[in-house]
Amino acid sequence: MKKITDLIKSGKTLVSDGAWGTFLQAKGLEPGECPELWNITRADDVLDIARRYIDAGADMIETNSFGGSVFKLKNYGLQDRVFEINKAAAAISRQAAGPDKFVLGSIGPTGKILMMGEVTVEALYDGFKEQAMALEAGGADAIMIETMTDLEEAILAIKAAKEHTRCEVFCTMTFDKTLTNEFRSMMGVSPTDMVMQIVDAGADLIGANCGNGTRDMVGIVKEIRQANGDIPVLIHSNAGMPLYKDGKTVFPESPEEMAQFTHELVEAGANIIGGCCGTTPAHIARIVEIVKK
Amino acid sequence: MEELYGKIAHCVEFGKINLASPYPPDMKGQEGADELTKKAIDEGFPPEEVLKKGLVVGMEKIGVKFRENKVFVPQVLMSAKAMSTAMEHLRPFFESGAVKRKGIFVIGTVAGDLHDIGKNLVSMMVKGSGFEVVDLGTDVNGQQFIEAIKQHPGCYVGLSALLTTTMVNMEKIVAEIKAAVPDTKILIGGAPVSEEFKEKIHADFYSRDPQGAVDFLNRSVA
Repeated sequence: MKKITDLIKSGKTLVSDGAWGTFLQAKGLEPGECPELWNITRADDVLDIARRYIDAGADMIETNSFGGSVFKLKNYGLQDRVFEINKAAAAISRQAAGPDKFVLGSIGPTGKILMMGEVTVEALYDGFKEQAMALEAGGADAIMIETMTDLEEAILAIKAAKEHTRCEVFCTMTFDKTLTNEFRSMMGVSPTDMVMQIVDAGADLIGANCGNGTRDMVGIVKEIRQANGDIPVLIHSNAGMPLYKDGKTVFPESPEEMAQFTHELVEAGANIIGGCCGTTPAHIARIVEIVKK
Repeated sequence: MEELYGKIAHCVEFGKINLASPYPPDMKGQEGADELTKKAIDEGFPPEEVLKKGLVVGMEKIGVKFRENKVFVPQVLMSAKAMSTAMEHLRPFFESGAVKRKGIFVIGTVAGDLHDIGKNLVSMMVKGSGFEVVDLGTDVNGQQFIEAIKQHPGCYVGLSALLTTTMVNMEKIVAEIKAAVPDTKILIGGAPVSEEFKEKIHADFYSRDPQGAVDFLNRSVA
C-alpha cells in the first residue's frame, strides 16, 4: 500500500476524519464510561462512526484509542487489556477503511507529568510501545500521536512507535493563543519549538489539533511553515469553542463556517485537513467537496 | 530578616527547590526554598512571617506571571514543589496552631472526569497562599462534595472540569451543594468553562487562571 506521506509529496491534499469523542457521546457514551472499551462491547457502534466518515469522503480514518494507553485504561481497571483494546480499535477502523483508505492509530497523552516524577521515561516509552504495536497489529497504517502538550512525552511516543512498528508516525500538538497572540501549548511549547524537535525525533508528519477553532489554525500552519517548508502538515480543528446551551454543550462552527477556512489552511501549507471535537460527517463532507474541487 | 524572606520568595518564584536541584540552571549550586526556610525557622524568625513574606509572596508572583502567559505549567509546577518542600518546615507550627490557615478550600474534578492537572494547579496555588486544601481527587460527585463541606464548615469549594461533556455535571453538583448547604461559596474552573456558564449554573466565581481563584479567596476571608 502507498504511504500517506508519498501521496502528499505527489501534491495531493487529503481529508481526514472528524470527532470521535463527541460522536460516541451522541451514541450514548456516559461520562465516566471508558470510550475505548466500546471497541469490545459496542464494536458495531464504533464501526458505524468510522463508516460514516469514510462515507463522507475522508481519505483516512482514526481509531477509537485516544485514551488507550496503559496509564489511562488503568483508571477503569483495564490496564491488563491494553493490547486487546487497541488491536480491536484498529481492526474496526480497518474494516471501515477497506484496502483503499488509510487507518491512523490514535495515541493521546497519558496525563502524567514527567518533570514532576509522576512517571518514568522508561514507563512512558514502554506504554507507548505497547499501544503502538497493538494498533499496528490491528491494521493501522500510521500512528497518530495527538493532542500533545509536552515535547518530551511527544518525543518518547514518536520514538516508541518508530522503533517498534513499521507504520508512518504522525504527531500533533494542541496550542492556545496567549495574551500576546503567540501560540503555545499548555506546557509552553510553540509551533516553532515543535517543528525543531518533533521532526528530529523522526515524525513523518506534524500538525495541530483541538484548540480554539479553525481560524487560529491558519496562524499555526503559517508558523510551522516558516520553520519548515517540507514536513507534511495535518490540521484537526475543533468546531470552535464549545458553548453551553440548555444543559448541553454545543460547538458553534457549522460545516460551512469551518469549511470556509479550508482554502486558507491549504494556502498556508496544510496537507491533510480533518476535524476534532464537535466536527461531524457533515463537516468532513463539506471539506471534501472543497478539497476535491 | 527581610533579605532572607526575599530570597525565599525568589526561590519559590523561580522554582528553586533545594541545593541539589539543578533547576533553574542559573541558580545551580545555590541554596533553595528548602534550606533557606529551615534556616529562617532555626534562627527563630516568626513562622507566620516566613510564610507571608516569603513563600506566599513567591507563589503570588508566579501566579501572576502564569496569568499573564509569561510562564507555563512546568514553571508553576516547579514553584509549587519548592513551596511545598519549604512548607514542611512550617508544618509543626500549623499543627500546634501557632500559625493559622486563612481558611479551608475543598476541591475536586467533577463526576465523570478523570483529569487532574488543572485541579492540581489550583490546589497548589491556593495552598501556597496559606489555605488548608482538602483535595477530593477526580470523578467526585455531589454527595462526596457535600460530605466534605459538612466536615469542614465554612469551607470554600472548587469544581474543576476539562471536558465539554463533564462541565454539564457541574450544574447538577452546584445545585446539590446549594440545596444541602445553601451558603457555600462555589468556584468553578477548567478549559471549557466560562463566566457566562458560571452565571447559568449559579456558581459564585469563575476565573480563567488559578491566581484569580487565589485572589477571590483572599478577598473573601479579608
